[in-house]
Amino acid sequence: MSNGGLLAEAHRQPHWLAPTGWLALVAVVAAQVTGFLISRPDRVMGNLQKIMYVHVPSAWVAMLGFFLVFVASMLYLWRRDLKYDRLAASATEVSVLFTGLTLALGSIWGRPTWGIWWTWDPRLTSTAIMLLIYVGYLALRSFTEDEERRARWSAAVGVLGFLNVPIVYFSVKWWRTLHQVQTVDVTGTIGSSYAISLIINSLAFMVLFAWLVGLRTHVAGLERQREAWLEEQALTGSEANV
Amino acid sequence: MNAEARRIGAIVWKDLTAERRTKANFNAVVFLAGLILLLFGFAIGPDGQTMELIAGGVLWLTVLFSGVLSFNRSYEQELENGALEMLLLYPGDRRSIFVGKLLANLLFVLLVEVVMVPLAALLYDLPLWRFIAPLSLVLLLGTIGFVTLGTFYAAMASRLRAREVMLPLLLFPMLVPLLVGAVQATGGILNGDLLGSTAAWIRLLVVFDLIFFVAALFAFEYVIED
Amino acid sequence: MSEPAAVALAGVARRFGRRWVLRGIDLVVQAGQVVALTGRNGSGKTTLLRLVASVIRPTRGDIRVFGHHTVHESPSIRTLVGVLGHNAGLYDDLTAAENLVFALRMAGRPAHAAAIAEALERVGLSSFESERVRGFSAGMRRRLGLARLLLRPPRLLLLDEPYASFDQDGIDLVNEFATGIREQGGAVLLSTHDLARAVGVADRQAHIADGLISELPLEEPLRRPAGGFA
Repeated sequence: MSNGGLLAEAHRQPHWLAPTGWLALVAVVAAQVTGFLISRPDRVMGNLQKIMYVHVPSAWVAMLGFFLVFVASMLYLWRRDLKYDRLAASATEVSVLFTGLTLALGSIWGRPTWGIWWTWDPRLTSTAIMLLIYVGYLALRSFTEDEERRARWSAAVGVLGFLNVPIVYFSVKWWRTLHQVQTVDVTGTIGSSYAISLIINSLAFMVLFAWLVGLRTHVAGLERQREAWLEEQALTGSEANV
Repeated sequence: MNAEARRIGAIVWKDLTAERRTKANFNAVVFLAGLILLLFGFAIGPDGQTMELIAGGVLWLTVLFSGVLSFNRSYEQELENGALEMLLLYPGDRRSIFVGKLLANLLFVLLVEVVMVPLAALLYDLPLWRFIAPLSLVLLLGTIGFVTLGTFYAAMASRLRAREVMLPLLLFPMLVPLLVGAVQATGGILNGDLLGSTAAWIRLLVVFDLIFFVAALFAFEYVIED
Repeated sequence: MSEPAAVALAGVARRFGRRWVLRGIDLVVQAGQVVALTGRNGSGKTTLLRLVASVIRPTRGDIRVFGHHTVHESPSIRTLVGVLGHNAGLYDDLTAAENLVFALRMAGRPAHAAAIAEALERVGLSSFESERVRGFSAGMRRRLGLARLLLRPPRLLLLDEPYASFDQDGIDLVNEFATGIREQGGAVLLSTHDLARAVGVADRQAHIADGLISELPLEEPLRRPAGGFA
């Protein structure tokens, strides 16, 4: 069993985790500052446009995250190693957070721009659906007590959920374009400095994402090691030996 | 190949026989569908034009809300007497269990629709008979995708404490492309537009059905184990 | 001995949540043996049978049935093993005969009416052939479960509390069937908390207590505060 006697390693973070955390902090701050400095306030939307520097990278990173969940889920089904399950669950949690952030910021951006909180914009709508799909994943986990069954079922849900991402996106997009509604089209008023800032911020957010997922997975691993330790106690705790 | 077909047939036969004998289920679902149709009418009407506009949406939401009840039930008979464990002990491919239950559920929901759709046409003044062929195609395609995912997620949800909540929570977000496609295609057909966008939506339904049939088939054996 | 053992458990442990039901079981059952598993309610007898049937996986350890690994070669196990559990696993809305037809078809066998009638006859359920199982008593359901096994005799027979809810007639049926399997070179593992009923048929007694197993002589197990060596 892969968890036997790992108490010694229990408290040590993977060596790349802490440096990644610092890098993430520096990168995100630097990227945000860059965004504010190098691109001038947008002609139409003013400084509100800067929200995009968090909104877009969050969306991008969440999507990456769900892909990671897909890969980790497939790996679990193939290998049946619980570490892939921990990775998938952690990635889901972090991605759900970023998805929520994307939605909140999209809504906040929309209010002053169009006067309403929600417009059924295809990208925001698809994002909302993805949020629900993965919230379902987390709810399923919370209701399933057996560790192995929870891992198997989550993996199945994670795989199918991700397969739906492109389908949801395209179907909602066609649905909206049929009715000629405005989308969150930011390409109209950008200059290349905006695009550069987006890319820099996206990269910074990816580092942040990696740190958060790494941290969460590590914590999950610690929880598992504690369980393993308690398991051993319970196993040998009673009297008679064979 | 033949052996699996026989196993699939056995499951379909068993599920339908059990269903036929407790007709209470079918009747309840049909009455619920009728009730939902009426409720929508009250909620959205009484303006005839409005009702006609949203008829496609009402129709499909009714299918979803009434049909969803049949999926957990399909597994309940297995959980009652420990029959599921017995099922898992038979030699052969476990995916046949999925296909068998899918077919049985499909037949059940289609039969509900046979009663419900004419009723909807009546209540919402829809030109059903004029477009019966394309409409039937859309109903079939939409129902296939619905039942495929419903049968898949119910294999898990039926074994959880909060099964009534978990099944819709897991299933409905996944059905959004199907709902959108089916409603658009239905609306298009009822307006006499049989080409162009309607055909595109039908293609979407086909792609959706294919992708998720294959995916659910692949994932089922991981889900049906104890 | 070139023939693999019918059942070989090595270091098998299984937990549910944090509770260890089985802590380290070693057991070998050879072909031609009938082993009675005894122990209090909740001692893990059912869990052990489910592990051998490959319905659940062990948390630790290995289990082999006629040489086949229960986790990695599960499909092979399913062709070798026949089970009668607490719940007979029947469908209430089907008739007795229909339950058997279903079982045969699922096992890839033709469902001959004659064979079904004969099996029902042997377990004393002929007159209930066309009755829905919903109204059956516990004893009747077990008999039907036995009939299902008769139609497809396994090489390894696993019985979980087979004597419960049975009158002497039913008990005799079970023992007769178990003896038959043994004589055909198969093996039987049955769990019971009333060893007296199996005395005529069982060759050995394996007693489970505190998640551990010990071999006991074929008399009533003495009451002990904890498990230990025989």
